[in-house]
Amino acid sequence: MTDAALSIAADVRAGRRSARDVLEAHLAQIAARESDVHAFNLVTADDARERANEIDAAIARGDNPGPLAGVPIALKDNLCTRGVPTTCSSRILEGWRPPYDATVVQRVRNAGAVAVGKTNLDEFAMGSSTENSAFGPTRNPHDLSRVPGGSSGGSAAAVAAGFASVALGSDTGGSVRQPASLCGVVGVKPTYGAVSRYGLIAFASSLDQVGPFASSVSDAALLLEVIGGHDSCDSTSIAQPAPSLLDDLERGVEGLRIGIVTELTDTDGIQPDVKAAVETAANALTDAGAKTERVSVPSTMYGLSAYYLIAPAEASSNLARYDGVRYGLRIDGADVADMNARTREAGFGREVKRRIMLGTYALSAGYYDAFYGQAQRVRTLIIRDFEHAYEQFDVLLAATSPTVAFELGAKTTDPLTMYLNDICTIPSNLAGHAAMSIPFGTALPVDAPGGTPALPIGVQVLAPAGGEPVMFRVGRSIELAAPISSHLGGSGT
Amino acid sequence: MSDHSITRAEVEHVARLARLALTDDELDSLTTELGAILEHAAQVSALDTAGVPPTAHPLPLVNVFRVDATRPSLPRDEVLAAAPAAEGGRFRVPRILGEAP
Repeated sequence: MTDAALSIAADVRAGRRSARDVLEAHLAQIAARESDVHAFNLVTADDARERANEIDAAIARGDNPGPLAGVPIALKDNLCTRGVPTTCSSRILEGWRPPYDATVVQRVRNAGAVAVGKTNLDEFAMGSSTENSAFGPTRNPHDLSRVPGGSSGGSAAAVAAGFASVALGSDTGGSVRQPASLCGVVGVKPTYGAVSRYGLIAFASSLDQVGPFASSVSDAALLLEVIGGHDSCDSTSIAQPAPSLLDDLERGVEGLRIGIVTELTDTDGIQPDVKAAVETAANALTDAGAKTERVSVPSTMYGLSAYYLIAPAEASSNLARYDGVRYGLRIDGADVADMNARTREAGFGREVKRRIMLGTYALSAGYYDAFYGQAQRVRTLIIRDFEHAYEQFDVLLAATSPTVAFELGAKTTDPLTMYLNDICTIPSNLAGHAAMSIPFGTALPVDAPGGTPALPIGVQVLAPAGGEPVMFRVGRSIELAAPISSHLGGSGT
Repeated sequence: MSDHSITRAEVEHVARLARLALTDDELDSLTTELGAILEHAAQVSALDTAGVPPTAHPLPLVNVFRVDATRPSLPRDEVLAAAPAAEGGRFRVPRILGEAP
């Protein structure tokens, strides 16, 4: 099993275990399985040992290193780490060492966490399988022939394989929740603005949000309490402190109204076992005293289409900064424009170019209103439909990923097939709401009903902006009701 | 929005706008792929949005100002050390189009 962050921190603070011993156990797990899984772009073992020794020295002095004392954490490689290479799994940033730390990196470090490395991702977080990495794919620790999901596949796999107790990822259209679902761990997309994005390399700025991975709902709550709250370095940061989540975690769901979103649960393409898991979770919540019923949020059906206009449009603008001038790769050319174009051609991978092209087209003269403008109006409709649903319900339930983990290469030839993985997660990003995925049972994949182990299913809880405290209570109740097989997170052996 | 096909000439034009020196093979495959993606994305046109305002951003935030006080910026040498080329405390680039060499 993955070593729980809450117990590590309690043990380290009480002097029952040293931060260094905890770290060495995780480094040993990395040594044993990382060559198969490839969760990391970089393992920072030396820095981690130095940091763990500092934590132990602080304990020896009688200081309290903080709520994450000695907790090994993996960081998605699109979070800036001062002096430590940060690549976004792209050739265009290979070898770049940021001159500053992301706010979330600083916060986990100040809370006593020990960073073990930078995790693999789909290049610039564009993808749902971590196969779009310039440095090779990450594999699912539960079945090495299958993907871990994406784009934060390395962070999800690192927690599932016991390489780190917790991890940070980023979620633009499901990039924390979908890999969490496929790897059998907890993954959270916080409310837009709840967590600082200073030092998160931008993909689509009206959608991106940093979020935690953990092996339990309580560890995810602990990590979100540490990283959340206002940051003056991020102008989209909500001017409020991080919500208190752990205090109310065990309050249960008595009296809560919970809606099961028809469009994100009963739709074609959602594996029957996944739909059944949502039903079983809902029944367990009913047994625990909640009132559950079906609800329609009709415009969420158009979320995917709107997302694939809005996100690439924003990406085409954000990625204009990779021009061979200030950092990263440069391929020389006859003049500046030629140098820019050659650098970007050589430095970006296939999917990134596809999205830049799509976004540039959607924003270009003559198409702006029909594509980008219409997608923005559909976004308003999705927000209105959610508002209507949240008048009747405290939280909503849905599938996270339409299927359990698929095989490497199964969806790489057709971009649209790959995009469909995010159909249940995208609406929360468009609305700026909170959502989380909780492991709930396992199923055999539909593409290979025999000859492979049963693979994790995730159930998604959606909440309105700022709804994290209730969302986590519901998540905790689902975790308590989950079949024993859900707890296959951990060593994966 | 009735015709969502995109021509190879349009793809070439967009590549120029996006400053991507795409190969012939890439132009061919992107013409097909972008056509298919745009056809799916055009489903947004099925919704009646007359009178619906656009949402550019999920938060109702406007004009977030920081305190007007000096604070340290990133160390210049460290920043320039990460650049492909620097000279005299500045980023160095090839000549700008139309300028004398």
